[in-house]
Amino acid sequence: MNARAVLKTRMLGGDPPDSFQVHAGQELIGTWVVADRMEDLTGLYKSEGWLTKFPKGLIDLLSYKGGIWSVPVNIHRSNVLWYNPAKLREWGVTPPKTWDEFLATCATLKGKGIEAPLALGENWTQNHLWESVALGVLGADDWSALWTGKLKFNDPKAVKVWDTFGKVLDCANKDAAGLSWQQATDRVVQGQSAFNIMGDWAAGYMTTTLKLKPGEGFGWAPSPGTAGTFMMLSDSFGLPKGIKNRTEALNWLKVLGSREGQDAFNPLKGSIAARTDSDLSKYNAYLQSAAKDWKSNKIVGSLVHGAVAPESFGGQFGTVMEIYLNGKNSKAAANAAQAIANQAGIGR
Amino acid sequence: MKWTKNADNWVAALVMLPSVILIAIFVYYFIAKTGYTSLTDWGKDPSQALSAHPKIKFIGFENYKDLFTGLINGRFRQDLVSTFFFTLFFIAGCLSVGLGLAMFLDRSPKGEGLFRTIFLFPMSLSFIVTGTIWRWMLQPQGGVNQLPSLVGLPPGKFGWLTSREQVFQFDWNSLPLFTALVVAMVLLWVAFSAFRNGFRRRALTALASAGLLIAWAFTLGSSVQLLPFEEKHGFNLAFIGILIAAIWQMSGYTMALYLAGLRGIPEELREAARADGASEFQLYQRIIFPLLAPITLSAMIILGHISLKIFDLIFAMAGADNAPTDVPALLLYVTAFRSNQLATGAAIGTILLILVAFIIVPYLRSQLRSEVRR
Repeated sequence: MNARAVLKTRMLGGDPPDSFQVHAGQELIGTWVVADRMEDLTGLYKSEGWLTKFPKGLIDLLSYKGGIWSVPVNIHRSNVLWYNPAKLREWGVTPPKTWDEFLATCATLKGKGIEAPLALGENWTQNHLWESVALGVLGADDWSALWTGKLKFNDPKAVKVWDTFGKVLDCANKDAAGLSWQQATDRVVQGQSAFNIMGDWAAGYMTTTLKLKPGEGFGWAPSPGTAGTFMMLSDSFGLPKGIKNRTEALNWLKVLGSREGQDAFNPLKGSIAARTDSDLSKYNAYLQSAAKDWKSNKIVGSLVHGAVAPESFGGQFGTVMEIYLNGKNSKAAANAAQAIANQAGIGR
Repeated sequence: MKWTKNADNWVAALVMLPSVILIAIFVYYFIAKTGYTSLTDWGKDPSQALSAHPKIKFIGFENYKDLFTGLINGRFRQDLVSTFFFTLFFIAGCLSVGLGLAMFLDRSPKGEGLFRTIFLFPMSLSFIVTGTIWRWMLQPQGGVNQLPSLVGLPPGKFGWLTSREQVFQFDWNSLPLFTALVVAMVLLWVAFSAFRNGFRRRALTALASAGLLIAWAFTLGSSVQLLPFEEKHGFNLAFIGILIAAIWQMSGYTMALYLAGLRGIPEELREAARADGASEFQLYQRIIFPLLAPITLSAMIILGHISLKIFDLIFAMAGADNAPTDVPALLLYVTAFRSNQLATGAAIGTILLILVAFIIVPYLRSQLRSEVRR
């Protein structure tokens, strides 16, 4: 967050950095591209042959008004359900495939004395859960339609997302707001909770920090109702206008987009390459499975992590969540979300 | 003699000039600029928010109207209510703890110097440090909640910083009513004291205005609707955690103020009161507390403006996104610098400035007046 404040100071002060890291998509487009501060990278994509190397769904998210505005370095997946395979066997349940199934499983587990079948953490992880619920309830097409303004946030379909979200919250721990996302993941690993919905950096945490083996110490599935859809977020670098070392900055972007660059960075970071031709032998079991989905699944963008929502919407989504949590009124939350969408100019 | 003939005056003016210019630019110019920004639409159109030469339109008091009556600004209204309660409890807590400690030290117990240092020490820490330490201690499974287990009780479960419970709830729509009633109460009190002191005319004016306000409150006032829907606000129990940390930090300072006051009361006065047969309780009630009143006022002003502007302590304890412990200063930060809603952020800043001015300006006026008199 503070890095973003520094970035704003430097950009407004006429001293733009040669390149900077930003979530791919609207976080860059809605703030800096619309303000005419970035260079179009379509030429670079053509000369490097990237147009065929990155999936089309990704390039669509990076594009605005006929230009492509940043080079994605990595890909993380937002809609993943994590569990502890040994514990699920013990309880005799399987990872749910839809939200209805999830709620049924939740009731079963509660009957077995598990207080909170779903482990949840601080504020942003609640928003993160919301986007998985929304994707599951709406489906990929309607989710994307929300961000082009074709589907309103107060449409009955979108109001239903809040209804389901409320029921899902009833399955979660009551002390959520005091936990970091790692502490929420720990609850699943230790068997206090059955499920956790978190981006796939959780896999990196469980393999590297907790030394668990993917598939044995922890298991994963697409979050309920989202099989076949890959909700992505990505760190990317752009090219601001008016920089001093343009050639070097372009060379930097070339390295970032290259197969060698991506395969050197991502196994260490615990993410997959944005390119579809990466050398999978360098990645662990979880990442290989994610890379497989990345090539075959439908690609949509994350709200919380800046792919589909501009900062002006993302920054105020917390307010919408507040309105919901205070009154548990789906309609009020949906109306507030639409009001913020209007203000942020979504669909304009 | 003319002012300009005196060399001293010239030197004085010259010496003061740099700071006058700097303050004029970096304080008053920027206040004016913020005030103007709050009357524009800067940030409403994302393509203009951060562009090199943004096109900014003047829209009058739209932003303020939105903050108080807009659909999505409920968080701001809750923050205002939170600030009100926080200020109230923070001042009350600091004053009572500070006064208690000062009265304890005033009796010159053994090791007074040590205690004084211990009580005053928290003030030397920055709010960020205090916040970080208390954040750890107030974790749901952290120190404070584990205390009962030391004596064999089950550990506490209260979410010190995250509880969503609210007490003293009221509907935002009844705010004008409450305000009218409170102002009427004050006016009645003014009337009463004026009457007692024989200011017949002032008493009648105050009485008439109070009556008018009450009449308005119960006829037209109850039909004023700020919002088209009911919106409950109240005191978030999550603020208890913040209050503990804030009072822990600032009560030592209040103690120092009171201690200086207590030491300034001449021993003869106490002796005289005792000789007149006053009990210890009467001594405090009739002699000492009235003499401490100016100190209480100063302490209230200092604590009041700290609590209205509080940002760093809560930022360190709960972050900027934890809505149950949100205050306007944090909302300003999120609105202006994260969501790029610069004009709305400026409006929140201006409201904060006005709130602080309500406290500071009367104080400064009375201080300056008494200095001139001296």
